[in-house]
Amino acid sequence: MPRTAVATDAAGLGRARAGGFVAPALVLVGLFLVFPALWTIYLGLTDYRLTGLAAAAPKMVGLQNFRDALADRFFLNSLWLTLIYVAGSAIIGQTVLGFALAWMMQKVRPSVRGVVETVVLLAWLLPGSVVSFLWWAMLNRRDGTLNALLDTPGYNWLIQHPMLSIIVFNTWRGTAFSMMLFSAALQAVPPSQLESARMAGANGAQQFRDVVFPHIRGHVLTNTLLISLWTFNDFSPYLLTAGGPNHKSEILPAFIYNRAIGTGELGYGAAISLIMLVINLIIALLYLTLLRTRKVKT
Amino acid sequence: MTATAARPAAVPLGPPPSMVVKKFVSRVLFYVVIALLLVFFMLPMLWIVLAPFDASPSLTIKLPDFSTGNFSELWHNPYALRSLLNALIISLGTMALVLVFGALASYALSRVRVPGRDALLYALLLLSSIVSGTAAMVPIFLLMTNVHLIDSQLGVVLVMTGGLLPAAIFILKDFMDATPRSYEESAKVFGASPLQILRHVVIPIARPGLATIAVWALVNAWGNFLVPFILLRSADKYPAAVVMYTFYTEGGQPKLGLISAFSLMYSIPVVIAYLVVSRRYGFRFHGGIKS
Repeated sequence: MPRTAVATDAAGLGRARAGGFVAPALVLVGLFLVFPALWTIYLGLTDYRLTGLAAAAPKMVGLQNFRDALADRFFLNSLWLTLIYVAGSAIIGQTVLGFALAWMMQKVRPSVRGVVETVVLLAWLLPGSVVSFLWWAMLNRRDGTLNALLDTPGYNWLIQHPMLSIIVFNTWRGTAFSMMLFSAALQAVPPSQLESARMAGANGAQQFRDVVFPHIRGHVLTNTLLISLWTFNDFSPYLLTAGGPNHKSEILPAFIYNRAIGTGELGYGAAISLIMLVINLIIALLYLTLLRTRKVKT
Repeated sequence: MTATAARPAAVPLGPPPSMVVKKFVSRVLFYVVIALLLVFFMLPMLWIVLAPFDASPSLTIKLPDFSTGNFSELWHNPYALRSLLNALIISLGTMALVLVFGALASYALSRVRVPGRDALLYALLLLSSIVSGTAAMVPIFLLMTNVHLIDSQLGVVLVMTGGLLPAAIFILKDFMDATPRSYEESAKVFGASPLQILRHVVIPIARPGLATIAVWALVNAWGNFLVPFILLRSADKYPAAVVMYTFYTEGGQPKLGLISAFSLMYSIPVVIAYLVVSRRYGFRFHGGIKS
């Protein structure tokens, strides 16, 4: 980027003092964000454990942890479940429901819109511990509300359908973001184009495909990448199922917790964390590249 | 031939009745779908509104048999109020650090061309999105154990601050870029030092941005479960997010009265914070997206 007017030093800060202003933030970020990330790489190459012999003197084991991971059916299972979880709750659940809500809220009275948007936003705002408990209560086997409504007493949703439960839970929790993003995006679609499409006899689906979608395509991508990243790193399903029963809902965050802190295999846990960091990196780079190309275009 | 010629005469003047019915039905269906979605989003939340006021709450959502007994149980529980106070300490501490360090850094980055600034900002943004608490829990746990910050609220505050700062700097820099420079120039003419200029000129102008970041940091720290869950050991230091999961009887049954009253008290500040900010500054789109 060329030198712009943005960087005029009106207050006479000078480079040295500017450095002093930036330093405390950089030290904290360095210590508690960068260093842990780098240390993950080192730890992932050792057989470090929480207790026992390998706790006192961890040995370098090279890529053994990664080889173990590829042969560990619990890890492969966890990776597969994470894929289902992200695809089901972020890409299908939150995106589709968020878009549907944004689309429908254009066509209702402001009062209805206010109520619906507030309720959806509340699900997003409440603390994670509270919403996890609320869903645990609703899905409870003995006297959960869902069983009372469906007249299926004693049905244990969290045991019978653990993945479905956490997917619906996360869709409920996170739809607000997609709804807000899409309702901002839909406001940018010129009404005149929609009007002429309607005059030309296009039905709802055709209007969406030919007029609306080209305008919001960028937002769809942004939204998908961001909520995938957040869902992928989300720990709250652990509060509902703890990865169980019998590893059936053990998505990666739960898998790392259960192995690293639960059974104390810190080295192995770090190796899995590193795999997770690499996946995060890929999603984030895709997102940033996207932002950049869009900035160049406008 | 004759058939085509005759057709125009047969065109009715209004839309045919079948169209009117179709339109009416689709309108009804539309509102049924909205009502169902509203029920889906509201149903789980009803419990937290009704159960706290029920004399004998169960997990089922039902109209309460009114009593304030759950709140007096909450009042007398040694850990409940303590944990709300702990949550307040941790989130205010995190907010203060994020604001002070974030404002200083973003101001300097906005005004002075430090070499490699754009690369630094890019790296910060990338880092903040890829190094999540979940992916870094092992090294953070080990690091805090080694520097003896395990089971310390300061440790929790520092880890959360490190995690929130990159995004805070990124967003605040935009606000700093948007504040006019002419005020700073005149303050400098009158002999104000850079810190004075920052405090008396820049911060008052950038207040909406700072308020947004303050609430964002507060809500994030208030709701964070994983960091205190991993780093704290003693029950009297737990913040609200963790303590909720200790309200069980010896038999492993949740104490529903206590949990419901506690959930309500724990949720109210977040809702108030959101309402204040959205009323004042229009919160709608500072959630991390700027395009």
